[in-house]
Amino acid sequence: MVDPNLNIWHWQIPLYLFLGGMAAGILCLAALYYIRGKEEEYTAAVRITPFLAPVLLVLGLLALFIDLRHKLYFWQLYTNIKLQSPMSWGAWTLMVITPVSFIWCALHVRDILPGWNWRFKWLKDLENFFNKYKKVLAWVMLIYGLILGIYTGILLSAFNARPLWNTSILGPLFLASGLSAGAAATLIISKNPVERKQFARIDLVIIGIELFLIIHMFMGYLASTQVQIEAAEMFLGGDYTVSFWIFVVILGLVLPGLLEILELRKIHVPAILPAVLVIFGSLMLRFIIVYAGQVSRWLY
Amino acid sequence: MRYAMAVDTRKCVGCSDCVVACQTENNVPIGYCREWIVEVVDGTYPQLEMEIRSERCNHCANSPCVRCCPTGASHYSDGGIVLVEAGECIGCGACIASCPYDARYPHPEGYVDKCTFCIHRIKSGMKPACVEVCPTKCLYFGDLDDLNSDVTTVLKERKYKTLIPEAGTEPQLYFLI
Repeated sequence: MVDPNLNIWHWQIPLYLFLGGMAAGILCLAALYYIRGKEEEYTAAVRITPFLAPVLLVLGLLALFIDLRHKLYFWQLYTNIKLQSPMSWGAWTLMVITPVSFIWCALHVRDILPGWNWRFKWLKDLENFFNKYKKVLAWVMLIYGLILGIYTGILLSAFNARPLWNTSILGPLFLASGLSAGAAATLIISKNPVERKQFARIDLVIIGIELFLIIHMFMGYLASTQVQIEAAEMFLGGDYTVSFWIFVVILGLVLPGLLEILELRKIHVPAILPAVLVIFGSLMLRFIIVYAGQVSRWLY
Repeated sequence: MRYAMAVDTRKCVGCSDCVVACQTENNVPIGYCREWIVEVVDGTYPQLEMEIRSERCNHCANSPCVRCCPTGASHYSDGGIVLVEAGECIGCGACIASCPYDARYPHPEGYVDKCTFCIHRIKSGMKPACVEVCPTKCLYFGDLDDLNSDVTTVLKERKYKTLIPEAGTEPQLYFLI
């Protein structure tokens, strides 16, 4: 029997899109505040939260590797540069940003382990070298972080064969979602009330942007061709209606947004609650879009 | 040179001989196929219309699968035939997701597999296995640049359509209607 739905990408891809997006968000925010000279003000965001990034990236890479069916040939990704293939862009971006995230952590290792000493002299020399060019490193991290965040969406939106994915809104939407997950990570880690207030504000602004993008995405679908109208209908009465609107929109965006408004108005809310909800919503967004996209198709 | 195939939907009876011939010729693993039969029934009883199509890779001139492949394993070969180089394929599935005709499948050995227009047979002057075996002779194969090839001749004489041309892939599988 022929499978009526595309059945090619399973949990590995949405999980990676989430992990990569969150790492991108963390690294972009760290680089941004470092470049703006706010390192002392927002210590956690610049120095501590980035320690999550290499962990997320390595787990994401592992998920990607598990997804490959011809695993021993993975190196073929790095003997080719294909400008028209979003996956090639992603592979090369990861090749840059993963080591950069490790270097960034190495430069701040003493914030986590105060008595840290490099065992070999060349590692110390390397640290001095990167410390000298830390601003350049921050710019590389910011730019490649943005590419990583956007590409996770473009990876899907480049497929015109799957009408649900075929909207250029996915790039900015996934970037925004990754940035808000990154800000939420700092919200959990930081103990500084000034920093927490700033990151609650960032999260709130990005939640607003995400809601705006989601509304525009649906307006785009409904004003488009029959296949995209049918793709949108999966979320407007179809199979994915409940999971999308409850998990992504209400629990992942509206509720944490309201909680953060309350917090900014000095009504005590445990800060971890909106942060965890934002991260959960960001994960659900990837899962639902990846799975629903494989159901949507051209009819002929 | 531009290889193409025409399928006569008025002659095809959906016997699946082409499917089996393809599986045998290309040693397609059990449970998979590079081509398949589609039956579309339209209208309300008693005014019913049925179209039967023998479908396979459309060997598109603007192939999304070639575009999205991160390693170059999916590529255009002689005459625009879209092929996968197994030794370069990482099995990421991007090409499978990119195909509006769902013409590709992951081979159990890991790489992605699809119709090759039986390029090994064409090169030795034969027709693709499906064309050769069709009992109603409803499949026409040839070079569109050759004005006397089977496919050019039949496309000159008959009305035809392609599948989802609006997807912009410039498919090279023509359905005679």
